[in-house]
Amino acid sequence: MSELLNFHFVVDGDDFTCAGQASVQVKKNLRQLGLPPEIIRRVSIAMYEGEINMVIHAGGGVADVNITEDFVEIILADKGPGIKDISQAMQEGYSTATDNIRSLGFGAGMGLPNMKRYTDYMSIDSVVGEGTTITMKVNIN
Amino acid sequence: MTVKQLTELEFFSSVTLPDPERSIDGVYIGDLLSWVMGRASSGDAWITIMSNVNILAVASLADTACIIVAENVKLDDVVIKTAEEKNINIIYSAVGAYETALALSKAL
Ligand SMILES: Nc1ncnc2c1ncn2[C@@H]1O[C@H](COP(=O)(O)OP(=O)(O)OP(=O)(O)O)[C@@H](O)[C@H]1O
Ligand SMILES: [Mg+2]
Repeated sequence: MSELLNFHFVVDGDDFTCAGQASVQVKKNLRQLGLPPEIIRRVSIAMYEGEINMVIHAGGGVADVNITEDFVEIILADKGPGIKDISQAMQEGYSTATDNIRSLGFGAGMGLPNMKRYTDYMSIDSVVGEGTTITMKVNIN
Repeated sequence: MTVKQLTELEFFSSVTLPDPERSIDGVYIGDLLSWVMGRASSGDAWITIMSNVNILAVASLADTACIIVAENVKLDDVVIKTAEEKNINIIYSAVGAYETALALSKAL
C-alpha cells in the first residue's frame, strides 16, 4: 500500500482560542485532493476533536496525517499527563475539563466518542505521566 | 431556503455572508461544541448562544450552512473578521433559540 501524501503539524498547547488550525488545514488539503465530502467531514471532525484534546488536556502535541489510496490515517501524539482509565474516558459525558474550558463550550465529554463514531479504526495508547498517542483511520472506499 | 433569504426574515440580520446562496437543509441547536460536531448535519443552520472564536472551526468542520447567534448575543470584531476570512456565514437572531427555531420551521 503506497503512501501518497503525508502532512505533519505541531499543535501549540498555549492558546486554545485558535486551536483547530491543523484540522482546518487538513480539510483544505483533502478538498484539493478531491476526496468525497463525507470522508473529508469525518476525517476533519475526528482530527479536530483529537487536536482540541491535545491542547486542553495535554499542553499540545504533534499531528501526522497519512493519505493512501485506501484510507486516511491520523496520528496524534502528546507528552501530556496520559489517560488513566481509557474505557472511562471513552464514555459519553465523561470529562475532566475545567470550568474555564467549559465556558468556551468544551467539556461535554463527547470528543473521544465522536472520534470513535466518525472513524473506521481507532486505538488509544496512553501511559500515565508519559503521554498519549491516538491513531485513527477513515477508509476511503 | 438560502442563507441570504433567511436574513430577510423578521428577527434575523446578516453579520457575515461570504456564501449567501448556501442552502439550509435542516437545523441543529446546541452550545456544547462536541455535541454539535457529533450531531449537526452538513447543511444545517446551527443555532447557538456561544460567541467565542472556536465556533468558527466547528461550523467549518461540521460544514453547517450558517451559524445563527441567538438571544441578541453580539460577536467580537475579531471573531467577525476571522469568519469573513474563513468563509463562514453568520446571522444574528434577536430572539431566543426556541423562537428562532420556530421562525426557521415556518420558513423551511
Ligand atoms: N490527549 C489527552 N491527554 C490526556 N487526557 C485526555 C486526552 N484526551 C482526552 N483525555 C481525557 O479524556 C476525557 C474525555 O475526553 P473527551 O474528548 O471525550 O471529552 P472532553 O475533551 O473532556 O470534552 P469535549 O471533547 O466534549 O469538549 C477528558 O476530559 C480527559 O480527561
Ligand atoms: Mg475533547
